[in-house]
Amino acid sequence: MVETTSGDLRLVGLTKSFEAFTAVRALDLDIPQGSFFALLGPSGCGKTTTLRMIAGLEEPTAGQILIGDKDITGTKAYQRNVNTVFQSYALFPHMTVLDNVAFGLKRRGDKNATAKAKEALDLVQLGEVGRKKPAQLSGGMQQRVALARAIVNRPDVLLLDEPLGALDLKLRRQMQIELKRIQSEVGLTFVHVTHDQEEAMTMADSIAVMNGGNLEQLGDPATLYEQPRSTFVANFLGQSNLLRASVEGEPAANGIVYVTSHGHKLEVEREHLPHGIRDIWLGVRPEKLRLGPQGGPNQLQGEVSDVSFTGVATQYLVRMPWGRELVVVQQNDGSARARVGEAVTISWAAEHGFALDASQAADAGVEEES
Amino acid sequence: MADIAGVSTGEVRKPVRRGRLVPYVLLLPGMLWLVVFFVAPMVTLFSQSLQEGTVEEGYTFTGNVSIYADALQAYWPHLLRSIGYAATATVITLLLGYPLAYFIAQKAGRWKNIVLVLVIAPFFTSFLIRTLAWRTILSDTGPVTGFAQATGLTSLLQAVGLTATDTLLASKFAVIAGLTYNFLPFMILPLYASLERLDPRLVEAASDLYASPWESFRRVTWPLSLPGVVAGTLLTFIPAAGDFINSRLLGNTQTVMIGQVIDSQFLRVLDYPLAAALSFILLILIVTLVALYVRRAGTEELV
Repeated sequence: MVETTSGDLRLVGLTKSFEAFTAVRALDLDIPQGSFFALLGPSGCGKTTTLRMIAGLEEPTAGQILIGDKDITGTKAYQRNVNTVFQSYALFPHMTVLDNVAFGLKRRGDKNATAKAKEALDLVQLGEVGRKKPAQLSGGMQQRVALARAIVNRPDVLLLDEPLGALDLKLRRQMQIELKRIQSEVGLTFVHVTHDQEEAMTMADSIAVMNGGNLEQLGDPATLYEQPRSTFVANFLGQSNLLRASVEGEPAANGIVYVTSHGHKLEVEREHLPHGIRDIWLGVRPEKLRLGPQGGPNQLQGEVSDVSFTGVATQYLVRMPWGRELVVVQQNDGSARARVGEAVTISWAAEHGFALDASQAADAGVEEES
Repeated sequence: MADIAGVSTGEVRKPVRRGRLVPYVLLLPGMLWLVVFFVAPMVTLFSQSLQEGTVEEGYTFTGNVSIYADALQAYWPHLLRSIGYAATATVITLLLGYPLAYFIAQKAGRWKNIVLVLVIAPFFTSFLIRTLAWRTILSDTGPVTGFAQATGLTSLLQAVGLTATDTLLASKFAVIAGLTYNFLPFMILPLYASLERLDPRLVEAASDLYASPWESFRRVTWPLSLPGVVAGTLLTFIPAAGDFINSRLLGNTQTVMIGQVIDSQFLRVLDYPLAAALSFILLILIVTLVALYVRRAGTEELV
């Protein structure tokens, strides 16, 4: 009854519409077998709907879901070799922890269900609580039971629906490391849905950033962070300073393009510039900006309007002559700190800038992460 | 330090003591009600069952325990029949009520309240009127009987012994149907209450863990709705076992239930001791059966 296939998870033109509202629009994704993949986006971006379609709990309006070469689009949830760790854990309250974990194995008629369930509980370090009821456990323990209940079945794909959302910060960090450890131990394909960009970047090998039912950008965490391809990604993953600029002339031989922003001539690397675009947002991450000149041409003058000390770093707001404030984050490496009202020079290296099409809203994705 | 503590507790003590009395004060009216209208009548009834005499000449307490043996000997078929009818009606209400309660609780959406009102709507009419209406519905010349005769249902019922003739009224079938109809809301409401609390995500989780729809019902939905099933079956079975309206209005001389016997012994034959003894036997029978049932259902498992 249960199809056992293995291989990459592929979504082809996957679409889900609820009456007039389209939750997921023609999504194409290839998720390699054994990878830790994150679907990242603000609430309502379609990531959970995508997950539910993979699980078989939601029927796609169009498109296909394949594992390896097997098309599983038309199969029911209980026929798919896919398991989910639900956001609410959804542990069966009337069964013991051990029975919860053995549930899937027993449904598949596994003779060693109980023994395997015990092993899975040991894996999540809960070997002692097998005979308790879920309600007797703490949130973090319930979370690990939910994880054990899913991985014990060795599914082709393990889906995690914001599994750490209900945990407090400290426990969440602990579980992130734990999840990563378990994933590398069991070697299953993990698809992790989250709205927490830090969580996605910490854990995933690759991240698909979704917004409004569309795939914004797909890549490994470093590429997404360093080379966002839209203002949404630039703002949703960390903070970005965006300057309105226009491209001047043709690229020089060393691969540098000159742009003008508010009367300043600035440098961008050509490979960071979208092809054929003249009006751009020039973006720089706050920690790439330096207070004080660095020799290069990328320099702007402004006035410090706010200083906040965060421990490892100090965050400055620097007001530009044209009114916009830039965020600058400096490591607390012992150098002198600027004070509010001080006139400062901000500089950055050409390779740290990225350019985005200026037709996008500069504040897309801002504040949506919380 | 100790002094300060002593002083402060001394000051606090008075309001605390007053606070402790409040629950008892609140319980008092209810307790009083139970003593006057339940405990006292039970004692009177029990004592009545052990008295001898007639209504005209008055009764004297003789401790005549043999009345219980006589009552059992004369009326054990009626007792058994009552239990049998009530149990059958309870099973049917469960079979009819469960899908309906599930639908209202999980699928009805914005229709939920309307459907719930429809379930309760029969209560706006008196129990007696509703049962009398069934006489018209099942009347020998009515369309229901006509339809049943045309489809061969009456012959089938006759073959299995639920009816004695080719008609529907005045039969076992009619009595059980009446009981089922009258007590159906008592089954649906507790079932609804427990199914309404059922988290649909648990059913999704079961389905995600390879449980077919039937398996997820058997392993998740059903066990989690057991509190409603137990409450519903008790609320249906207990009053149905003592019912006398349905058997009187819809039955015949072969379908007399124990409630009907008690009713006629009290009000027509005026044999108070026998009627009291039968009441007690029924009471003990029901309490025993319910105790066994609740124990079997395992209240500990009820979340």
